Amino acid sequence: MSADRLEVLAADDFDVLVRALAEGGREVLGPVLRDGVIAIGPVESAADLPQGWTDEQERGTYRVQPRADAAWFGYAVGPQSWKSVLFPARALLWSGAKGGVGEHGVEVSAPDRSAAARPRALLGVRSCDLAAIGIQDRVLLGRPAVDADYAARRADVIVVAVTCGFPAGTCFCASMGTGPAPRTGYDLALTELLDGEHRFLVAAGSPRGAALLAALPTRVAEDADRVAGEQLVASSVARMGRWLDVGPVPAALRGALEHPRWDDVAARCLSCGSCTLVCPTCFCTAVEETTDLVGASAARTRVWDSCFTPGFSYIHGGAVRQTTRSRYRQWLTHKMSTWVDQFGTPGCVGCGRCITWCPVGIDLTEEVGALVGAHVDEPQRQDR
Amino acid sequence: MASLAELPRAAAAAAPAAGPLVPRVVRVERVHRETRDTVTLALRLPPGDPALEYRPGQFDMLGPLGTGEVPISVSGGAPAAGTVEHTVRDVGGVTRLLCGLRPGDELLLRGPYGTAWDAEDGVGGDVVLVAGGIGLAPLRPALLQVLAARDRYRNVVLLYGTRTPRDLLFSRELDRLRRRRDVVLEHTADYAEAGWRGRVGVVTDLVGRAPFDPGTTLALVCGPEVMMRLTATALVDRGVPASRVRVSLERAMLCGVGLCGHCQLGPLFVCTDGPVVSWDTAAPLLVIRER
Ligand SMILES: Cc1cc2nc3c(=O)[nH]c(=O)nc-3n(C[C@H](O)[C@H](O)[C@H](O)COP(=O)(O)OP(=O)(O)OC[C@H]3O[C@@H](n4cnc5c(N)ncnc54)[C@H](O)[C@@H]3O)c2cc1C
Ligand code: SF4
Ligand code: SF4
Ligand code: FES
Repeated sequence: MSADRLEVLAADDFDVLVRALAEGGREVLGPVLRDGVIAIGPVESAADLPQGWTDEQERGTYRVQPRADAAWFGYAVGPQSWKSVLFPARALLWSGAKGGVGEHGVEVSAPDRSAAARPRALLGVRSCDLAAIGIQDRVLLGRPAVDADYAARRADVIVVAVTCGFPAGTCFCASMGTGPAPRTGYDLALTELLDGEHRFLVAAGSPRGAALLAALPTRVAEDADRVAGEQLVASSVARMGRWLDVGPVPAALRGALEHPRWDDVAARCLSCGSCTLVCPTCFCTAVEETTDLVGASAARTRVWDSCFTPGFSYIHGGAVRQTTRSRYRQWLTHKMSTWVDQFGTPGCVGCGRCITWCPVGIDLTEEVGALVGAHVDEPQRQDR
Repeated sequence: MASLAELPRAAAAAAPAAGPLVPRVVRVERVHRETRDTVTLALRLPPGDPALEYRPGQFDMLGPLGTGEVPISVSGGAPAAGTVEHTVRDVGGVTRLLCGLRPGDELLLRGPYGTAWDAEDGVGGDVVLVAGGIGLAPLRPALLQVLAARDRYRNVVLLYGTRTPRDLLFSRELDRLRRRRDVVLEHTADYAEAGWRGRVGVVTDLVGRAPFDPGTTLALVCGPEVMMRLTATALVDRGVPASRVRVSLERAMLCGVGLCGHCQLGPLFVCTDGPVVSWDTAAPLLVIRER
């Protein structure tokens, strides 16, 4: 968090912030305890936050647990990321109709995106998820073809990030350079302090954030507050459950495409696609076409897809990637290697979700370690 | 990633509300049956439609209303007169419907997408086009472009392989080409039929004897992936630099603009970084099985 202009907001005054965010009918979304997980839902006051709850995560397991203290943001990440808000699983692309049965005069129109474009505040965005939003921005907005639904959803969003004080066993943001403290891309950044008075360090990261901050009943942070914040970040880094030395990985994976480890992981992977669904950066989509019974009207909807589905690479004559080996390889090499070629950043922010939610507990940090530790230089030439 | 902070609001505000995935409605003007399973559709486009500005090698997404859409290369047309052509082989659900369209029918189109052959890079030297089957369709506009400025190139060679002697696309045009003395056209069929007196064998076999100077050649290759692999290898073996051999890749394409992720091949989005790529880019990617 930037050192300049750090303010302190008492926990008792937190609802002033929530009300300020909600001004003008803005939808405020944040962490809520629902269905046994910390999910994303509407937040009207601090009482809606998962107060006194944490999440325990390891490969293939996730459990919410009561905490010894009353922390409001004392958990790591739930299964849902902000992708569910900004890039939802379904979005209408267009709808069309024929003038009448058997007649000509097809008309196609783009959907009304006013509901998608509703102003929103995202409260409690983890630094890993903040980095993931930055990556999706680059993929969906940063090239000549822009995703129209994402652009509408992204146009008016206030981001209130929060420092991650209690990472899970599956987290490795510190090694990916994406956390645990938010660095950029937020309007406001909070750090929850539990020593002594329950309070929040608040920093503004944009003019909009600065205006919000100016209207809050805060006091200037003292040295003791700053130190407490720095200690929280340091202890968070120390507690990070996993670590991935990402530097050499993109290049090393390029030379490991025929490594025997792919067969090993393919024997365990179910090709279920859970990892891609929970991943906050995965952006691949398919389309669904619906028509009425007489074919007079039609609509096309963009839906999340996964590179693990058999049809993903289908071209006439059969799928390019027939085996789980090739699909897992596509997923992992995209995340950790070719994403860098395409977008100048890995497609992984170290949130650990794919490790937690893999039904058979496959851990990408372990797979990467095995793959780049001893890599096969010469790809075996394809049989002619 | 400092620049990312400014990206969303700026890009979101500048983005056209409809987005790139909303198709235009176009009308079939003419239908020409090429072979028993392939037709050429001439589509009438409204004046100013971006698809009229296509470059040879680019493709459009085509689909009848309510049935999905598929990538189909532009095979020619008269943009000045407001038409573009697509040559479609009936291999499945959507292509069957496309092949069944009649003059006056409407369909949906988005495009043009992807990279081009850029045949003009061959000016001053020999141009060799190698087509397998339906692969002649994407090459046709490049050939027409070269012939329109014939005197700027040295040898112009078209090597064309089809399954049977009857699977010939654009047969009247090929007859005219065969009579030209400034174009070399070689046709071979995989399987002979009664009465066929032409060549039998795969198109790759023609590369070795064809009249071109490898040092000045630009080669454009389109066909099934194995055919392109063997042909490119034969061209390189004859001395054409891999960077002067271009192929048109086929991958699953749902969006055509780099958003859906389906067409990825290693670092490439084949829809935007391709479909036309040079062999020095493609070869190391295609060597990995199931990449
Ligand atoms: C850049 C490019 C240019 C092409 N140019 C031509 C051309 O000029 N002429 C021609 O005849 N063919 C061309 N093709 C191939 C053509 O796109 C396929 O034959 C067609 O997609 C098959 O669809 P289908 O529904 O008829 O077949 P099916 O086998 O029934 O396919 C069923 C479904 O699978 C999906 N599917 C199959 N192949 C693809 C694909 N390549 N991309 C996305 N989805 C797919 C579609 O949803 C399709 O409806 C081109 C392909 C590419 C990538
Ligand atoms: S690949 Fe796994 S750890 Fe990395 S961002 Fe995606 S879900 Fe998180
Ligand atoms: S790695 Fe795990 S979550 Fe991902 S597809 Fe394989 S089994 Fe499913
Ligand atoms: S076809 Fe969608 S990304 Fe290339």
